[in-house]
Amino acid sequence: MRVALFVALVVLSSTYGEILITMGMKQAGEPERLRPRPVLRFLGRALRNGYFWAAIPLLALSFYAMLALLSWAPVSFVVPATALSYAVGALGGRFLLGERVDAVRWTGVLLVCVGVALAWAG
Amino acid sequence: MSSSAHVRKKTLILATLMVSCNTAAQLLLRHGMLQIGSVRLHGHDLLAAFLKTVASGTIWIGIAGLLGAFAVYMTLLSWADYSYVQPATSLGYALVALLGVTVLGEHVTLVRWFGVALICSGVALVGRTEPRTTKRRL
Repeated sequence: MRVALFVALVVLSSTYGEILITMGMKQAGEPERLRPRPVLRFLGRALRNGYFWAAIPLLALSFYAMLALLSWAPVSFVVPATALSYAVGALGGRFLLGERVDAVRWTGVLLVCVGVALAWAG
Repeated sequence: MSSSAHVRKKTLILATLMVSCNTAAQLLLRHGMLQIGSVRLHGHDLLAAFLKTVASGTIWIGIAGLLGAFAVYMTLLSWADYSYVQPATSLGYALVALLGVTVLGEHVTLVRWFGVALICSGVALVGRTEPRTTKRRL
């Protein structure tokens, strides 16, 4: 029960943290060109964004929950279980960020989930 | 070049850079920690290990690599969909398996290779979709 709870905690906090980062980066606006100066200006805007700083505690929580999980369960279980975050990420992209996740993207995401699980459990 | 093709091209370049940077950084951290040796979790030994990591150039290059990969990830997310970029990060698993065999001479099981093939197929499928499906911020 404790392990299942922490797997859910890792998956949800890391995904929601990354969704907040995405919101922040979209709000900061993309660099005009991929040259050092515009990219540094973009990173400056990104570091002053509220969503970015709201994401940091969630990513830290996910990191420490992952460490706790690794102290109770083998990595060959933990990594495949947390591969669920790819599916949860696609759901978050669809429903929280309004992205268009079509059948092709869903199939790709599910293949990645199974692939990561096998690559670690194998 | 059309706008869509341009977005796809820059997304592909940055995703490749992010995965390479992240994988190289992890290998450098592993190499650095192997040089330092097994860390023992006792007061004086732990402090000595910490000081060794702070003094290790390899560890600092590894940390710089991780920060660089995160900066590239943030830049990518400023235009590309999260549900497009996130699966691409899994290519790191495939790259690590490949480097494990070619550089470190490790043995990779058939099941693990099958997992790597599924990751690559999944990322290739996601790569066929539009990188940006939300409205561009003005």
